[in-house]
This record gives sequence, structure tokens and C-alpha cells, in this order.
Amino acid sequence: MQHKLISSSSSRVLSAAELEEIDHELTLYPTKQSVGLEALKIVQRHQGWVSDESMHAIANYLELPLAELEGVATFFNLIYRRPVGKRVILFCDSVSCWIMGCEKNKARLAERLGIGYGETSADGEFTLIPVPCLGDCDKAPVMMVGDTMHRQVDPASIDALVEGPGNKAFTVDKVGGDE
Amino acid sequence: MAKITVDGLSYEVNPDNNLLQECLSQGLDLPYFCWHPCMGSVGACRQCAVKTYRDAEDKNGTLVMACMTPASDGAIVSIEDEQASAFRAGVIESLMTSHPHDCPVCEEGGECHLQDMTQMSGHNYRRYDKLKVTHRNQDLGPFLNHEMNRCITCYRCVRFYDDYAGGTDLAAQASHHHTYFGRFEDGTLESEFSGNLAEVCPTGVFTDKPFSEHYTRKWDLQVAPSVCTGCAVGCNTTPGERYGSLRRVVNRYNSEINGYFLCDRGRFGAHYVNTDNRLRSAKDAAGMTLSTEEAEEKLAAVCAQGAIGIGSPRASVEANFALRCLVGEDNYYSGESAQNHEALQWLLSCLEDEAFSCPTIKEMEGADAVLVLGEDVTNTAPRVALALRQSVRSEATRLAAKARIPSWQDAAVRELAQEAQSPLALFSTGATRLDDVASTTLNADPASLLAAAKAVDVRLAGGSPDYDALIPEASSGASKGETMQAVESVCAALIAAQEPLIVCGSHAGVELMRVAASIARTLSALKSAPCALALLPAEDNSVGHAMLVRPQNTLAAALTKLSDGAASAVIIIENDLTRRAPSAAVTAALQAAEQVVVVDHLNTATTRAATLALPSTSFNEYESSRVNYEGRAQLSFQVSQYPSGTKPVEHWLGVDGALHSASLIARCSAEAAGFASLPKILPDALTRVAGLKVPRQSHRYSGRTAMNANVAVNEGKQAVDENSVMAFSMEGALLQQDASVLASPWAPRWSSNQSITKFQAEVGGELKQEQKGVHLLTRSVQSAVVEPDSHVVSGATDPATKGELGVHFVQQIFGSDELSAHSPAIRERLCDAYVALSPPQAASLGATTGDRLVISGTTTELSLVVRTQTPDTVAMIYPGTSAAGESINALDLPHRITLTRAPDQEAGAASLGLAALIVGDAVFSHARAAEE
Ligand code: SF4
Ligand code: SF4
Ligand code: FES
Ligand code: FES
Repeated sequence: MQHKLISSSSSRVLSAAELEEIDHELTLYPTKQSVGLEALKIVQRHQGWVSDESMHAIANYLELPLAELEGVATFFNLIYRRPVGKRVILFCDSVSCWIMGCEKNKARLAERLGIGYGETSADGEFTLIPVPCLGDCDKAPVMMVGDTMHRQVDPASIDALVEGPGNKAFTVDKVGGDE
Repeated sequence: MAKITVDGLSYEVNPDNNLLQECLSQGLDLPYFCWHPCMGSVGACRQCAVKTYRDAEDKNGTLVMACMTPASDGAIVSIEDEQASAFRAGVIESLMTSHPHDCPVCEEGGECHLQDMTQMSGHNYRRYDKLKVTHRNQDLGPFLNHEMNRCITCYRCVRFYDDYAGGTDLAAQASHHHTYFGRFEDGTLESEFSGNLAEVCPTGVFTDKPFSEHYTRKWDLQVAPSVCTGCAVGCNTTPGERYGSLRRVVNRYNSEINGYFLCDRGRFGAHYVNTDNRLRSAKDAAGMTLSTEEAEEKLAAVCAQGAIGIGSPRASVEANFALRCLVGEDNYYSGESAQNHEALQWLLSCLEDEAFSCPTIKEMEGADAVLVLGEDVTNTAPRVALALRQSVRSEATRLAAKARIPSWQDAAVRELAQEAQSPLALFSTGATRLDDVASTTLNADPASLLAAAKAVDVRLAGGSPDYDALIPEASSGASKGETMQAVESVCAALIAAQEPLIVCGSHAGVELMRVAASIARTLSALKSAPCALALLPAEDNSVGHAMLVRPQNTLAAALTKLSDGAASAVIIIENDLTRRAPSAAVTAALQAAEQVVVVDHLNTATTRAATLALPSTSFNEYESSRVNYEGRAQLSFQVSQYPSGTKPVEHWLGVDGALHSASLIARCSAEAAGFASLPKILPDALTRVAGLKVPRQSHRYSGRTAMNANVAVNEGKQAVDENSVMAFSMEGALLQQDASVLASPWAPRWSSNQSITKFQAEVGGELKQEQKGVHLLTRSVQSAVVEPDSHVVSGATDPATKGELGVHFVQQIFGSDELSAHSPAIRERLCDAYVALSPPQAASLGATTGDRLVISGTTTELSLVVRTQTPDTVAMIYPGTSAAGESINALDLPHRITLTRAPDQEAGAASLGLAALIVGDAVFSHARAAEE
């Protein structure tokens, strides 16, 4: 007959830096509840992903129902509700990249890192996620690693990525922002 | 009226509605999923596609969604058009790609809107042979199952649960093929209306859990029209029985009361009738079982000796009237508590007062300014709370009309209205579950609330300019300034409103009810029209019982008569007196009486004290009538036969003619004041087809010849029902398209509850030949104005008694109602007796939520709940229920108490459950407390 009081998972304390950024967003919107998505992005930037504890913390802070916040968090594919590696590889496997041979790259990633879609390498460095077109078809095949766009990728550049950024065989274009 | 043409035939339709609604109103078959008459259209599922044509020349036409298209004059429409049909078949095929092939094991099967629509759309063979999406289901608590794989993403669940009922813990998650409807994590659904999901969801995602634990197909249930006994609203229900046990309760449409929705107390509470706590056989003083004959002999002896009778608000009109006939009106006493008895006398006078009108639930939804005084309707008359939640949308409807947006365009109306809401003011001691939609909330001790309510009245009357003098300088809740502001805004709202509504109830106390009536009277004078006043009594037949009792025949008078020896025998029907009077008075009376006859269907403290306990029938076991808060009498049919040994109260009491409900009702209408029109609730025998009875079993009822084979292998004769127009049989004439005795709607091609449209004159409106019950009381007189007496109201701030707290009782939807608390599913939602205190009070005791507190000078212990909106001088006490074991007799407590922290604290002993905690801001404050 015992019922969970409110929830089995608990809340964590938002860091001062997180709160400062969320508070800034609060000044830009008419209601607290509108800041849900921004707060998720802020927390993810700081924590790498959004844990249940972070969900509770954001929901409490913004007085948003948890289920509603979860609706937002799960609607957007790039809000991570599970731990991810230090760098997330957004791997385009849509039509242009497929024509240009992205399958080879995927196979190489699997070979080097031992991961498929949705998986994180054993060393916690990389997580591989497919995306349908990164809007850079003329440089296909492409992928995005963290904030960085990788163009005309081939198995050699996968090796370079895995081995480290010092490798010159590897084209790197920095793109701004985190989106 | 507009004329439209559908597939070559012309129809007269209402141009204010959409095409889908009007096609259904005309009896046409057009598939749909996401549209709902109460929630309007969003065009989400694309299932209702039809062709419309510009004019007679237009041969191609345009595909449109019928639910999103107005039924405008001259419209030319085709449902049967090949492209439209193919489109609908294609839509359902895609909706069904991930739908499992599990109809045989699905609780929805046989009454599934998805099955009906799939067949209707002609999607007969599956072509999709790829992997289906598989979801993880959640444990949603004791009321509902969750089987997400069956979802077709129509969004009806969240549109009901969140948008309509104000729930916050169910939401749409993820997107496209992964869309998921659930909670953040496993856990009990918090809304008091969650059970409606089982009916709103057109598939088997949300199904009735207690039902599926003991499952039967719809067509195998024996059903009859019934009325909920959970509270004084009197929602219409359909209980279903099989093999002698009640399996479930579903909504039965009534255009004026419950419409399409019930509360969870009503839906899941009726299962108490199956429990071991039923009184199943007659017992003597020593608890020895008696045969029916022995019991009848003993009863006859008591009657010969002369007994007084104590009636009950949870017994039917017939039972109460039979008792009154047996003991005589002089000796027939109220079974209500003193507070309720007084409140009911006032309520009755208001029901006869032409200054007021008593709104139906439907009318409450249309109110454009509401003031609720003291009554926590979510916990005392839940369906009213759902209606008041809709009332705040009256402003949206008004804005939409102004902008010429049809009211059924749900998304557009919400977008237009944004935060705009009609005013809803809540004057209550603590937080309530309607606070989220309230424009004004005033939380203060009862005496200060009374003062504020009086100030509203004085201010409205435009009389004394110094109305603020009425408001005490120091209140323990809202400050004087806040109170003044609340009073001002309430007055402004009520004056501006076209359809103002004042709500109060017997839990708020008679004094507040008097002020409520006074405010309504002032408004009716201001507006020169009767003002809507809803005074809510506590129980399903509170009003019917009160109408039969002489005002001076109080329960206290009866108990005194017994303890004084002025009467030596008493017959008590369906009443546990320990819930109605202080324990000492009850014990003294029952011990002094030589003979205590108790007729009840439940074992209670009172049946245990009986010298003769007689088992009666529960609400579903015999035809009976009850009178709701409006003074509306409604007939509830017998669903199943009662077990041998038990008998209806009126049969035990053996009054002339009592064997036939109709003759007892006729006698009641002739002899009891106010009941003249009661016989109108009986179905008209002439509506029956060729003199045949209405079957309680469907034409597909199975196993009839074999279901009693465990008892006897020969096929027994069908039970004959001498009493009613219904038969315990599948034979008879089902009333096609006639809803006068309609338990469970069904129509060709429509097996689900959505077939109700076939019985409605206009979709969402009245039923054809609807039996709405009858309003017994007529309004003529002006009742005497009684000035409320604020001295008797507890919780007034008195600095002389520092540390003392005024006792204020709180109600819980699950627990405060005696009967439903015994239902197994409801029992899982019960909480311990608790006391809610403000954070400063709790801090001064050094206690936090979950700690045990003792009432000084007693041994009574309560769990503490800290609630921010509680006034500092008030202890809000929920006394628990005997169904959960531990409970206290609220009437034994003094009006003022002091509390201390219990010395030995058992860690985590309290079972406070959701019920005690999800009140207003408690969720967030509790979560924050956990964080600290
Ligand atoms: S769970 Fe039911 S009501 Fe909700 S979207 Fe799915 S099918 Fe519709
Ligand atoms: S509101 Fe009252 S009458 Fe209606 S279902 Fe709930 S308990 Fe029953
Ligand atoms: S298909 Fe890969 S970037 Fe467009
Ligand atoms: S019912 Fe019309 S689109 Fe769903």
C-alpha cells in the first residue's frame, strides 16, 4: 500500500554556472516555463548529457511538470538523456553521403572503435549517432565530431580522428556555436 | 439550420458544428479518432477525410478533414467517394503498421474503436511486414494498465488528461514513429480523473486494471443503467456483472450531469461490493449466523415492541421511506451528523427558493465567473471540480465567438485565448487541486474566510462603504490587504459576469453556506435573474434522506432517547453511527438500547454492536432511487441478482407493497412531502416493444446454458425479474436508438462506447428519449434569511491561546467516502490519518513531513504533512478511514488542539501516498525539500 511519495529518482543541485546561464535566459522570455529547452541545452553543455537528476533540478527550478520537460527533452534528438562520450559523432548516412561511400567510413569506425549507432567507445571518448543530412552534401561524405565538421571523410581520416588531431591527412573545419 | 448534401442526399444540419459531428448526428458512418465531442477537433489523425465539392459542376472535389471543416450551408460532401475511401484506408493502414496483432488478449477487444474504424475503413489485410516499434510500458498505479504498443498516436489521452482535466504527469514524448504517451517514470497517475483514459483512448493502451484482473468481454457482462453512489453528484454509470461479481463500472452518458466523464472514486470505488467486508448473513448479538426465517422472527418481535428508526444518507429513498413507514414519521430520525443535518436543512430551503437556480454539471461548465467558498470540490464532489476547470475556458469561447472562430477548433481557440481565463475564485483554508486555474485564491482560517465572504456580500450589495471593517486585522493566512484585494477582484468578476456561480457545501459548514446563499441572493437582485447556487451535500442520497426527516428529529435526539431509556429498541439502516456522532454518545445509546437492529450490506462498527444484524443489498443488487445535490431523483436499476440470505432494506422491513419498487415509490409520492413527482423516474412501460422487457444481457452473451454447470448440469430456468422493466436474460427487445433504458450502447458497426452518438439526438447533446431523472422540489418561496454565526466557526485567531490550533477537517477523494474506501484498487490509494500544518508551525514543533504528532491530552497520533498554503493557526486534519485500519472519529476531537512531536519516531512509518501530497504547491515544495 506504500506509494512512492513523488518520484524514485532524485534531484541534483544545479551549479552556479548553470544557474547563471538559466537565469539569463529567464530574462528573455515572458514565462519561466518557456525556458525549458534552453535550460536543457545549458545543462547538457555543462554536463555532457541530461540525467534524471538534472531533469528534476530543471523542472523544480522552472516549476515545470517533469513529464512535460521530458516531452521536450525526448522530442529533440540532440538532447541526450543517456550518457555520451566526450565527443559525439553525428554521422550522416543520408543519400548524398551514402552515394559517396559513407558505409566504408562507418565500417572503419566500427573496426577502430568497436561501436555501432547509439554506442559509446570503451574509452568513453566517442559516441556514434546517425543523422539524416548535415546540409553539406557537396562535401559528402561528412560527419560532425563535437563542434567540428569533417568533410570528404574517408577511412584514412577516420584513422586520423581516432589517433588524434595532430594527423595532417585530416581536414578540419571549425564551425561556430554548438548547434 | 443549414442544408448540406452528403452522397446525394440532403440533410438539415447545424452550421455551427463541423462536418464530422454533423454527419454523425445524421447517423452516417464516418471514421474518426482524434475528434471528441468535449475536446473538439485538431485534425491530427487524418482519419475523417471526405470530399467536398465547390458546386454541381465540380467533378473532382477536394479532400478535406471533416472534423476541421464547418458544416456550412450548401456544402456538397461525399463520404463514399473512391479517393476519400482510399485515403481513409491508407491512413489506417499506416496507423496500424506498428499495432500488434493482439486483439484476442487485448482488454479493448470487442469494444474497440480502432477495431470498428479499421473494419469501417476497409483495411482488411496487412501489407507491412517489417519490424514493429516495441515500447516499454509503465506501471501507472492501481487503476490503469499501460500497453503502449497499441498506440495509434491520436493524442486523445493527453488532450483529455492535460488539456481537459489539468493533469501534469502524463505527456507526449519523443517524436514520429517513437511517440510515447506516459509519465516521466513509472508511478501512479496523479489525476483524479485518470480512469477516463480507458474510455477516451480509442485503443487498448490505457485499460481498466481492476477489470482486467478479473476480465470479461463487453458482450458477456450483464449490465443495467445505474447511478454512482460515490458522492452527491449522482453521475450515471453502467456497472457490469459476470458470475455474481461486479467487474467494472463505466461512464453512462447523461447530457446534463456527467456527460462523458466520471471521477476515479466513482469508477474504481464500486468494487467494494465484492469484498469480504460485506455482511452476507444475518447475525445475532453473539455474532451467530441466523437463518432468514429466524432473523425475520426476531425482527418482528422488535417491531412489535416498538422501535425508533435511524435512516441514512447512503441508503436509497425506498429504504429510508420503508423505515419511516415502519416506525412512523415521529420515530424516524436523521442518520446525519449534527453539522450535516443543519447544513441539509439550509440546503433544502435554498432548493425551494426562487432567488436561486441549482446548476447542472453542464451548466457549471458554462459559468463565466465562479466563487467557491470553503468546499474542496475535488475531494468531495469530484465531477464538479472537472466542470469548474472547464468554466475558466468560457472566456476563450467568448473570444473565439468574437473572432468568428468556431468553438470546436480546439487548437485555434487555445492559441487565440492564450492565458485568458474566466475568473474562478477559491476561498479555502488550504491549497486545493483547482488552484492552478484559479484567478483568485484566498487561504485563511475558517473564521477569516467567513468574514471575507461576508465582505463580498456587503460590497456587492453596494451598502456599507466600510465593508473592510468586517475583515479582521490579523488573520493567520492571508493578510488584511490580500483579503481586501481578493474581495475586490471577486466582486468585480461577479458583477461583470453573465452567468455567475456560487459553490459551497456541507463540508464547509452551514455558516459559510448561509453566506454563499446571501451572496447569490444579492447577485440575483442585482441581475434580476435567479443566481446559480450549488450547495453540495456529502453523500449520494443526503438530500433524499433529509427530505424524509423532520427537522427536529436529529440523530442526537435519537441517541438521547435511547440512552435515556425513552426508547428501548432502534432500527438503523445502512449507517455506521460512529461516523456521525461522538463515540461516547453512540456507545451510550447502543449499550442502553435493548434491541439494536442494523440492516447494512457492509460490516461496520455499528453492525458489530447490533443485537440483530441483517444483510442488505448493495446499490447494484436492487432497483433504487437517490436524490442528488440538485434535488434530482434518479433511478438506478438492478444489475444482478442478490445473493441468497441478503435482501433489500425495504424487503426486510416488509412494509406493505415494498416488494414492488413501483408501489413503494407510489406510496412515497403520496405520503412524503416533496416526493409527488417521484414516480416520473420510472420507465414508461409503454415504450417497451411489444410488451417485451429490456434485456440486461447482450445478444452475444455467451455461456448461458453452461455458466452454472458447476452447480447443476441441467440448464436452469432464467431468473425472472418481477420488479422491473428489465430482464435477467438476453431475450427481450433492445431499445434501438432509444436511450430511455440504455445501459451499454451498441450499434451495428459500432461496438465501442463511441456508439453513443447513435443514441444522441445531436452529437454531444441530449439522448433520444433520455431519462434524466426528475427535479423533486419546486421553487416558490423566499427562504428566511439566516445570519451566519461566526462564533461557532473554528480557527479564529485568538492571541490568548497561543500554541492552540483550530481544527479543520480535510477530505480525501480516496478515503473520505465510506463505501469506496473498501474497494481494493482504492485501498491502494488510501493514506494514513494526517495533520497538515504550515511550515512555521511544523518548525516550531521541530517536525517535518512524515513525522508522527500527538494531540496533547490524548493518545491520538497523526502523521505530519507540511503544506505551504496552510494558515498558521489551523491544524488541517484528515481522520483516516476504518477501511485502512487506523482512523479517528473526527467528532471526538475538540475544536482546538495542541500538538507535540511523538517521542518515539518509527522511521518512514507513514503511508501518506499521493493522496495526501499532491495538493497545490506541495509537489514542488516537497521536491525542493528532498533536494535540501
Ligand atoms: S495512447 Fe491511446 S489516446 Fe493516447 S495517442 Fe495513443 S491511441 Fe491515442
Ligand atoms: S463525481 Fe461523485 S457521483 Fe460522479 S463519479 Fe465521482 S463519486 Fe461518482
Ligand atoms: S546527405 Fe550527408 S550532408 Fe546531406
Ligand atoms: S478525427 Fe478528423 S483528423 Fe482526426
